[in-house]
Amino acid sequence: MTVKPGTPVSRLDPEQIPRRDALGLLSLWSMATALLFATVGMLRLPKAAVLASPSKKVKVQLPETLADGEPFVPPGRSMAVFRQAGQVYAISTVCTHLGCIVKASAGGFACPCHGSEFEADGTVRKGPAPRPLDWLEVSTSGGALVVNEGATVKPGTKVNV
Amino acid sequence: MSDGPAPASALQEFRDNLLAVPGRIVATAFRSGRPVTDRARSSFVFGNVFLHLHAARTHRWSLRWATTAGLGIASVAAFLITLVTGVMLMFYYKPYTDVAYDSIKDIHFVVPTGRFMRNIHRWAANIMVVTVILHMARAFYTAAYRAPREFNWLIGLALLVTTLGLSFTGYLLPWDQLAYWAITIGANIAQSPREVTDAIGITATFDIGGLQRMLLLGSDIVGEEALIRFYLLHVMLLPLVIAALMAVHFWRVRKDGGLTKPADVNARMGPAPSDVYPVFSEMPAKTYHLAAVVKGRSPAVDGGPEQTVPSMPHLFYAELGVTMLTLFVCTALAMVSDAPLKELANPMVPENPAKAPWYFLGLQELVAFSAFMGGIGIPMIVLVGLGLIPYLDREREGTGDWCGGPGGWPLVQRSIAFGFSASLIVETIVIRYGWLREWFPDIPQLVITAVNPGTVITAIYAAYSLWLVRRYNSTRAGALGLFTCFLCGFVVLTVIGTYFRGPNWQFYWSPSDWPGH
Ligand code: HEM
Ligand code: FES
Repeated sequence: MTVKPGTPVSRLDPEQIPRRDALGLLSLWSMATALLFATVGMLRLPKAAVLASPSKKVKVQLPETLADGEPFVPPGRSMAVFRQAGQVYAISTVCTHLGCIVKASAGGFACPCHGSEFEADGTVRKGPAPRPLDWLEVSTSGGALVVNEGATVKPGTKVNV
Repeated sequence: MSDGPAPASALQEFRDNLLAVPGRIVATAFRSGRPVTDRARSSFVFGNVFLHLHAARTHRWSLRWATTAGLGIASVAAFLITLVTGVMLMFYYKPYTDVAYDSIKDIHFVVPTGRFMRNIHRWAANIMVVTVILHMARAFYTAAYRAPREFNWLIGLALLVTTLGLSFTGYLLPWDQLAYWAITIGANIAQSPREVTDAIGITATFDIGGLQRMLLLGSDIVGEEALIRFYLLHVMLLPLVIAALMAVHFWRVRKDGGLTKPADVNARMGPAPSDVYPVFSEMPAKTYHLAAVVKGRSPAVDGGPEQTVPSMPHLFYAELGVTMLTLFVCTALAMVSDAPLKELANPMVPENPAKAPWYFLGLQELVAFSAFMGGIGIPMIVLVGLGLIPYLDREREGTGDWCGGPGGWPLVQRSIAFGFSASLIVETIVIRYGWLREWFPDIPQLVITAVNPGTVITAIYAAYSLWLVRRYNSTRAGALGLFTCFLCGFVVLTVIGTYFRGPNWQFYWSPSDWPGH
């Protein structure tokens, strides 16, 4: 049914919107748009710009007796540091599946949460983990080893010390 | 002022008014007089802001135990109990990582009645999850989601999700090992869309998983920011959301014409027993004038209030009864069983096994094969499937009857058998022979992500349900089969996750076989 503007259909269904209501509609829509923008603006708040987390750089002192290929886990850190043929590298022990801390051994890594297992170089051997363990950036500063938990490097990257 | 003889003076009048204050406060609190007559009770119900969520009269069918089993009201009661005990706990709980654990310990061991409150809070939360799921099942099996109640079913689903959200956010607050690792796993499930974006190589530009985790934790670790966010959600945001949703839910129950009733309900119920007071047994001669403009299905428009009794007191007694029963169960359980509290959270040593609350253990069982499909994909499929039910099943047969519709109870029985066998067989194969990576070590990650044992179970159930639709030539039959199967799958996975998974998520027949025990 087409209704000409200005003709009421019945007492209960009044005339369709005539031109003079355009202003009313306009104000409604501008209100809706303003609300939308306000909401989008507010949604920015919960996404932190600066992350409140402790420093990721860790000074590591490898024990003299550490054998080649044996993992060294600095106390309170989720990483394993290895020495091999005079070179040093670090692998994160945060499971790539759901973030549990894997156990490091000379033969590889094992996760207690859902049984993922990783080779000594971090590649997945078994279980639900979707990708290899991260290799972490190792550098030397003033003779000390520094591992950066926040920076990953290509697997296989070893540093001469 | 005008009643009684004119007072001698203004002072006299002042004195009279003062003396009359208590009586007048009572009188003015009841807008339509004290609810002592049937008529005054009706006005009391629709004149009171809380009570007017009820209709003034209730159909006798709705008051039968077999119609609802009281499950909706039990959910409300459990929620109110968590609300009250939760406010009590807030007197002492401190949402800061260095003191949160100690404050829970104080509540548990030092605060007078603290342990009791904490136990009741835990138990009521658990019971609420159970009753909400059972209530959904009752709405499903009595086909109560059909027109005009489709949208209220969706509101119900939102309530289900919010209920689970409340319980998940509450789980972190004690800041013990259980809490810390369950939330770590939960937050990483939120991040698991990365499995997909990684596989197609767009994580650098479009990292929806990382964003979700970041919004949840407010940081890249589970720390103070995460605790504050979970606290805010748990004590403020989600309770407000659930209260608003509940108000809409109840209002819709009322506006959609009360509870679902079979088409021939009046014939079925027969005349009311003579001691039920008072029952309308015939159409009133005149319907409300408003009926001319208000489109809809309030009882007065559709048929008149036959077979209805005043909500006050009949419905209110039933509601109070269910509430008291819920309260009794919660307090009784709280007296015999303490809420758990493990050691202080230790980000270096995962709890082994790290288990979420029991109703998430079915999901955790799936997540142990691939995070994205098990933790996000399949739950989404199930939710969307549930939401579609009322829009796909547009049939009329069996509305209001348990297992109503083509197939009926025999179909449900067969579906129970099918649902249990299918999920048990898949799980047996997985536990006995391993999963894709063990069989084909070089399989692409995307396949592992997508093909979870849960995917297989879902596909089997879906195929079975489609077959039912054809066999019975009815969508309702397919829905009956599918819903039943999913309940069975949920039970199987939850039981396995709860009782048969030990350290390293390995299968054990009993916790006494766990290594180190
Ligand atoms: C916090 C959660 C919930 C609460 C407190 C709640 C409460 C209620 C109450 C008190 C009723 C009145 C009848 C009864 O007691 O059964 C009701 C009816 C209903 N609920 Fe819920 N509910 C919740 C969740 C759900 C869920 C998860 C669904 C389904 C997805 C659902 C779907 C329905 C439907 C369709 C009705 C109408 C039943 C009929 O007409 O017979 N509700 N709800
Ligand atoms: S978190 Fe390591 S296997 Fe799940």
